[in-house]
Amino acid sequence: MSRYAAPGTDGALMSYQPRYDHWIGGSYVAPKQGGYFENPTPVTGQPFTEIARGTAEDVERAIDAAHEAAPAWGRTPPAERAQLLNQIAQRMEGHLEELAVAESWENGKPVRETLAADIPLAIDHFRYFAAAIRSQEGSLSQLDEDTVAYHFHEPLGVVAQIIPWNFPILMAAWKLAPALAAGNAVVLKPAEQTPASIHYWMSLVADLLPPGVVNIVNGFGAEAGKPLASSARVAKVAFTGETTTGRLIMQYASENLKPVTLELGGKSPNIFFEDVSADRDDFYDKALEGFTMFALNQGEVCTCPSRALIQRSHYRDFLDAGIERTEAIAQGHPLDTGTMVGAQASNDQLEKILSYLDIGRQEGARVLTGGTRAELGGELEGGYYVRPTILEGSNRMRVFQEEIFGPVVSVTEFEDFDDAVQLANDTLYGLGAGVWTRDGSRAYRAGRAIQAGRVWTNCYHAYPAHAAFGGYKQSGIGRENHQMMLDHYQQTKNLLVSYAPQKMGLF
Amino acid sequence: MEPGPSSATERVAVTEAAAQLLRELTGKHGPLMFHQSGGCCDGSSPMCYGRGEFRTGSSDILLGELEIDGLPEPVEFWMSASQFAYWSHTHLTVDVVPGRGSGFSLEAPEGVRFLIRSRLLES
Repeated sequence: MSRYAAPGTDGALMSYQPRYDHWIGGSYVAPKQGGYFENPTPVTGQPFTEIARGTAEDVERAIDAAHEAAPAWGRTPPAERAQLLNQIAQRMEGHLEELAVAESWENGKPVRETLAADIPLAIDHFRYFAAAIRSQEGSLSQLDEDTVAYHFHEPLGVVAQIIPWNFPILMAAWKLAPALAAGNAVVLKPAEQTPASIHYWMSLVADLLPPGVVNIVNGFGAEAGKPLASSARVAKVAFTGETTTGRLIMQYASENLKPVTLELGGKSPNIFFEDVSADRDDFYDKALEGFTMFALNQGEVCTCPSRALIQRSHYRDFLDAGIERTEAIAQGHPLDTGTMVGAQASNDQLEKILSYLDIGRQEGARVLTGGTRAELGGELEGGYYVRPTILEGSNRMRVFQEEIFGPVVSVTEFEDFDDAVQLANDTLYGLGAGVWTRDGSRAYRAGRAIQAGRVWTNCYHAYPAHAAFGGYKQSGIGRENHQMMLDHYQQTKNLLVSYAPQKMGLF
Repeated sequence: MEPGPSSATERVAVTEAAAQLLRELTGKHGPLMFHQSGGCCDGSSPMCYGRGEFRTGSSDILLGELEIDGLPEPVEFWMSASQFAYWSHTHLTVDVVPGRGSGFSLEAPEGVRFLIRSRLLES
């Protein structure tokens, strides 16, 4: 195990600037009202940079810059846009470790994950959409001998994107890559909990991007997010977050008759049928890892497998093995390469998780392991750490129904296939789900019966580009991570063309 | 809008710290409302808006009207009816903690975040 030096200290791979303004029209612009806010690292709770506190004036300026850039950008050949996305990917790959350290320091997640997942996936995402736009085709339909309907893809123009704090760079990549590929100019607002890493990313790629094609306005939702989401001058709003803000964004969009895509989270079931325990082989080991995936990214994942449903006939044995696997998790300094679970992203996140551990106990859930804040001492004393926690209870408890967004799994048992599906679907949400079985037919039937946009089958928490990701029920609208995302960022232009010299004969 | 679940039962309350923050926010933004959020990121938290900013409808219930000393009008607390189906056995107390917040909730720029603390309702 080794430890990366904290950003800005001796031996560090990267440094944050002491202050970040808004990135508008290809340069940094101070906030009109002059306000800044501190940005702490969850690792120690100490601020490491300050961020412009954006307001409506700054948002307007960014939208102006985007509108200036959009027409020319939208006319560039697809090959040129693909080339730019590939260059961004190349630049990121050349600075993978620096980006991984930057992301870990800002969000609190272990650098092991940013090195292996967040940043490589973000890089691949730009490459994927470079390929997708390069190979996209319009269509034509010959309606009769002299009449043809042509369908062209056209960019929307200027789009707004509001990015969550759990994967600041990867979630930005998920939204930026398709929007840019499709020829749109973007005004992006990072989360106020994690506003800095996207600026470090921009420092690496700014020279590649035409001014105004990507603009970043920092600030709070109430002050910068609202004017962006409610602007009549953006053609679309993309948001990842939670239900109330999702509804509010739809409400604003309805006032302007604009489309939205929303990804609003879930309470994902992870189902372990009895045949998982038929042998103590690699598959069994993989299934136990799948159970423990609730702790990935400290549980701060919209698809956290936060409800484990285990068939009664192997319940106790499998759960005991799951507890053992969970207790083997190494928690510690996020910049240690051996750390598996780092810090929660913010203090209010920590407090919310603790409030759920409290109501879970009151409702009668049993704490099988964890259940408290982790006091790691030393320089981590002020950081936001929670011990990986397993709760045992029933599906009607609130800890089974609400996204805790922490390293907490709620476990219950089921009798048979129908019981498993009923429990899995007894939720307001439908984003992710996991099915574990050695029986391919059962896996297929379960996967089709579960009302969720992504059913991981004998795997979990894999996010390859080219596999559509999005929600059923209250988990949102739209699909990311797939070329169908281009449709969310394009208009369809139909040219209906007559090649006939004769008139229709009506007048 | 549906009527509150039961006018006889108090379902939501507020701590003194949260009440003080509501007074300050009212001074800046005018009358306020809450809508309880669900889902990921900043979900499972109460969102505070200017009254009427968030449009409630037939899918929402009014869980309570918080009487705050010094404020002429109560602060309404709303939740979607589908979410209430899973929350109805618990009493909620709006508290406030240091934090960065998110969503469009009005308190976030103050460096604090509203938080729900829960207890079981007596049956």
